Amino acid sequence: MSRNTFTQQDVERLEAQAQQLRQDIITMIHAAGAGHPGGSLSAVEMITALYFHVMNIDPANPRWPDRDRFILSKGHSCPALYAALARRGYFDPALLTTLRQYHSILQGHPDMNKTPGIDMTAGSLGNGLSAGVGMALSGKLHHQNYMTYVMLGDGEIQEGMVWEAAMAASHHDLKNLVAIVDCNGVQINGWTNDIMTVEPIADKWRAFGWRVVEVNGHNMKDVLTALHTARTMRHPTAILMRTVKGKGVSFMEDESKWHGAPPSDEEMVRAIAEIQEGGVV
Amino acid sequence: MAKTLATRMAFGQELIEIARTRDDFVVCNADTKTCGLEKFGQYFPEREFSFGIAEQNLVAASAGLAACGNKVFLATFAVFASMRACEQVRTFVCYPNLNVTIIGTHAGLQVGGDGATHAAIEDVAIMRAFPNMTVVQPADAVAARSLAHAAVDFKGPLYIRLHRNPVADLYDPETYVFEIGKARTVLETGTDMTMIVSGILLKKALDAAAILREEGIGVRVVDMATIKPLDREAVLQAARDTGAIMTIEDHTVFGGLGSAVSEVVVQNRPVPMELVGIQDRFGESGDPELIYRDHGMDTDSIVRKARALVARKL
Repeated sequence: MSRNTFTQQDVERLEAQAQQLRQDIITMIHAAGAGHPGGSLSAVEMITALYFHVMNIDPANPRWPDRDRFILSKGHSCPALYAALARRGYFDPALLTTLRQYHSILQGHPDMNKTPGIDMTAGSLGNGLSAGVGMALSGKLHHQNYMTYVMLGDGEIQEGMVWEAAMAASHHDLKNLVAIVDCNGVQINGWTNDIMTVEPIADKWRAFGWRVVEVNGHNMKDVLTALHTARTMRHPTAILMRTVKGKGVSFMEDESKWHGAPPSDEEMVRAIAEIQEGGVV
Repeated sequence: MAKTLATRMAFGQELIEIARTRDDFVVCNADTKTCGLEKFGQYFPEREFSFGIAEQNLVAASAGLAACGNKVFLATFAVFASMRACEQVRTFVCYPNLNVTIIGTHAGLQVGGDGATHAAIEDVAIMRAFPNMTVVQPADAVAARSLAHAAVDFKGPLYIRLHRNPVADLYDPETYVFEIGKARTVLETGTDMTMIVSGILLKKALDAAAILREEGIGVRVVDMATIKPLDREAVLQAARDTGAIMTIEDHTVFGGLGSAVSEVVVQNRPVPMELVGIQDRFGESGDPELIYRDHGMDTDSIVRKARALVARKL
């Protein structure tokens, strides 16, 4: 399996894997009685592509110095990441339903010292890209070839600090850094562009010296192609993935109330059934 | 006789000297004249990273560097490190317990002319509140140089508080070693009260102690260069041996050295205390010595408050 190319077989394998993660997300948040399904579900294809195909990682050696890094700056979407780590072999998937419980390795937001495979503590929005800048600088300093991927929410880029980091990444010529913006268009209190306009997002990143790739974030083939493009760019690259918040569960899609609410027993059954029969796209 | 150099410049110069023989740390700068480290990149271009006027990014990017195994020193004014980048220090350095040393310069009222906006009078209270954080403050240039060596070998979040203007050397560079976590008894003869001091006001404490000795009041003087973790044994011994404690700090009395010492004293061995420091006010522009006097932190005020403290002893 080459990380830089993919076959139709890879796409199908990854699509099936993504649906597994969707089920895990619903199950975890239901078990926890709290959590953030909307932004977890919108990020699933990208996280699947990264952890099951693109990233150079070793689940048996989570702190391998030459590994690719991933920072989930929109840390509230960690159920998607935890599910990916468990299914990739970092820890027992049986632990997924301990999300948010006392003494669980799965904190409400990612903790690099509690969960194997988490590269950076995150969750307070606006900070992850800066940490990614530091990681990318370290890679250059020590002549390592790893990539650093940082996933942000589109609402998150309302935080001014994101743009401090964006400025620094192009200043320091960090072509080993990729920002992935999950443009699902919804934040906790409604539509992002009603609350604080973030468009034109692509122009903003370009103005800060980044190359921009826009992609349908639920089309696995497009996601893989975008990641491959980003890896070969000679500049820091922002992948703007157009997504649907709550993707894959009809009653959660595009609904801000599912930003941070758990499904009831009945809603969980419906959601899992939809995911199992559905498929995405 | 005594040489004078600001603690910030002594620290920065020494760190550059250390970098000539050790390459196991990096320096991250914002665009400020802090402690001479803005020149680090001229000597070691690969090991210095510039972040411009963007302190939040400075701190969180330093955390990212540290998460990859680098020892990171970052430098900016104490007001910015503790307040502009407060959350980044807490959540991305202290919570993951990363190996980042935060150098906060221009501490306290000694800043003088720049005035209240640039005088950090709350930074110790803020930094001390964070789990995993260690907080240190050297009293003179000798201590600051020795601290640079201790800091390079230190593991974990460390806040170093440095002052802007030159102060007279008190310590002998031949014998002084900065030990993080250890108080140093500078004057042991007194049995009537103890002055526990952190930072450059140590000189004023020693001057006050000399005046008080003439009046028959014996003062022990302790340099509490590490504010967190506090040397509890030194505090308790002062309480036991002298029965009264005055704390002296170039910082608000809310949450700094005075609070830290009080926390130990009230829970273990209550004795009369006096907290010398800023009393819930902002600073202002002007000659630092005039400002210290206005805030009751000059030598004469310390003498006066010490007399009153000893009079309160049972």
